[in-house]
Amino acid sequence: MTKIKSLADLKKLKGDLQSKIALREKSDTPEGRVIVKVAMSTCGIASGAKDVMEYMIDEFEKRSIDAIVTQTGCIGYCYAEPTVEITLPGNEPVVYGYVDTRKADEIIEKYIKNQELVDGILPVNYQTIEKDKEE
Amino acid sequence: MAKFKMHMLVCGGTGCRASASDMLYENLVKEVKENGLEDEVQVVTTGCFGFCEKGPIVKVIPDNTFYVSVEPGDAKDIIAEHAIKGRRVQRLLYVDPTNKEQIADSKGMGFYKKQIRIALRNCGMIDPENIEEYLAADGYEALGKVLTEMTPDEAIQEMIDSGLRGRGGGGFPTGVKWKLAAKEKADQKYVVCNADEGDPGAFMDRSILEGDPHTVLEAMVINGYCIGASKGLVYIRAEYPLAIYRLKIAIEQAREYGLLGNDILGTGFSFDVEIRYGAGAFVCGEETALIHSMEGERGEPTFKPPFPAQSGYLGKPTNVNNVETFANIPVIYNKGAKWFASIGTEKSTGTKVFALAGKINNVGLIEVPMGITLREVIFEVGGGIKDGKKFKAVQTGGPSGGCLTEKHLDTPIDFDNLLAVGSMMGSGGMIVMDEDDCMVAVAKFYLDFTVEESCGKCSPCRIGNKRLYELLDKITKGQADKEDMDNLRNLSYVIRDTSLCGLGQTSPNPVLSTMDNFLDEYMAHIEEGRCPSGVCKDLIRYEVIPENCVGCTACARNCPVNCIAGERKQLHIIDQALCIKCGACLEKCKFNAIAII
Repeated sequence: MTKIKSLADLKKLKGDLQSKIALREKSDTPEGRVIVKVAMSTCGIASGAKDVMEYMIDEFEKRSIDAIVTQTGCIGYCYAEPTVEITLPGNEPVVYGYVDTRKADEIIEKYIKNQELVDGILPVNYQTIEKDKEE
Repeated sequence: MAKFKMHMLVCGGTGCRASASDMLYENLVKEVKENGLEDEVQVVTTGCFGFCEKGPIVKVIPDNTFYVSVEPGDAKDIIAEHAIKGRRVQRLLYVDPTNKEQIADSKGMGFYKKQIRIALRNCGMIDPENIEEYLAADGYEALGKVLTEMTPDEAIQEMIDSGLRGRGGGGFPTGVKWKLAAKEKADQKYVVCNADEGDPGAFMDRSILEGDPHTVLEAMVINGYCIGASKGLVYIRAEYPLAIYRLKIAIEQAREYGLLGNDILGTGFSFDVEIRYGAGAFVCGEETALIHSMEGERGEPTFKPPFPAQSGYLGKPTNVNNVETFANIPVIYNKGAKWFASIGTEKSTGTKVFALAGKINNVGLIEVPMGITLREVIFEVGGGIKDGKKFKAVQTGGPSGGCLTEKHLDTPIDFDNLLAVGSMMGSGGMIVMDEDDCMVAVAKFYLDFTVEESCGKCSPCRIGNKRLYELLDKITKGQADKEDMDNLRNLSYVIRDTSLCGLGQTSPNPVLSTMDNFLDEYMAHIEEGRCPSGVCKDLIRYEVIPENCVGCTACARNCPVNCIAGERKQLHIIDQALCIKCGACLEKCKFNAIAII
């Protein structure tokens, strides 16, 4: 390791290193960020959810979108795998089905960037336990 | 470089390591490898998460899953379920003790809701043995800013404006202390980090050094620049091997990166840090005693003035600050004095780290804003009293502090308020007591500690505390009379007013505060020969309740001195002459047939 010789050097090095813990810092403050959950159950993985997840992580970075991508278990729409749930800040979560990398690209460009709804939204046909409680 | 989608943060603090978190880490790494996930899942050892009650802790990022009481054998499930299938391992999630609900996300835990982590910001976040993670978390940026954009005077003024007060116990304004040392003219000055944490039950300094050693180093360099010192010393007790180990790594790495040594960041300023070991004497937390100990002399305090700022280590101007104080400093320069001063109360800005211990559900390390009430700390962050018992008292400030009761629960915690109610902030130990604790015995416990730790230099402390202890001992044995109560009080005042250093000046606090708040307990011991909490062995006896005893022989079999007689299915009897009052019979009896009388 060469020595850090100036403040500019330090800042440059920090820029290079930041990605190392960016994920940790982001998930500590999820408020105001796009949260993407990719269903990674057996059926999801078999239909290519892994590729979609990797694609989305890469693209978010390339297009500098502040998002947290996590995996989750089966959401129940096995007929429509791979499924992706997207929560924009202040919005209700929306689940998209049959997401491949092309669909993912469309979702990023239209829905995440401009809040334009895209085809392929799965209707919510369940209620969560928490919701029942609130009522 | 591998791009990790998931980070698994494993607590590597002393508490969790004692429960085999290092083996857990190894198992996780092994499982990751076996499943071919090396490029996706990163396993990291971090500093203390604070939730020591339920260690070892594993936190999974990005979904913020908080696993508690994880054993090395659980690694397989975590990788197979969580990392591969994205399903949380339900049985390892935290269960809220009040409503029995599982909480997966650490943000939902009462323990974290009221906390603001400044000094502990990186603990449980970064790998303390990797300077690159510290650099990524804004590390050494404050140093760069101070060295290149500020004059020492400006930097000191920023510190004064922030209102930061010494976290070691006294609460002296840090900026003012720096100014005093900066004013002195000398060829050599020193910066000393006081890591001689001695309060029973307190472990915030240890956790900071274990979890984020670089923050302390960074602050020491800034301090050196402000007062014109080129040498820093960390005085740390040898009982903290892990903290020492990580601090050594941090010093090596900082030198390698040119953040310690000559010509730091090309500014021409030079500073280096060395470690000095202490042998664990409580009195060496007092700054003059600490300096003598570093010089190789006996660890005894001397009269101030001269203050260390005028004549400290080797007779040179020296600035001594505590670990937690230093840990706040880089953030203050990064975010500004104004931001820091906006947290907390007017005269006590910022936050304070407390080590919660005793009869409380969430034993651990917490950082809360100044001005929070004891009630919030104990019942919200701390999760209330263990086993649904009743709260009796809380002891703050260690052996120098006092016991506060129910009526103080709504007092906002800051330096001045705690002093006003007869306790003190101290370094941040907070021991919670329930209805089963005898306050006279508690006072005796602390005096026992003080007697042991008194350096013996001045008579009030050396002899006075011993006599105080004897008086308390007499009370717990039921041999005291009312006159002893007057003696206890008078002697306490004399010790407080005439001792040389903080140790003696504060040692009667536990006695005085318990006398003020729990006089009835003292009187029960003296007048009725009774210990209301059933703790003082000479005033209690164990008896069998004939109606409840079924003659199961469990007590007799477990009695270490064989003083319980009785055949199977017949009434048992305790021989009071032989009984050592250990309480084993009470613990083993399933029929509530043993009582303390």
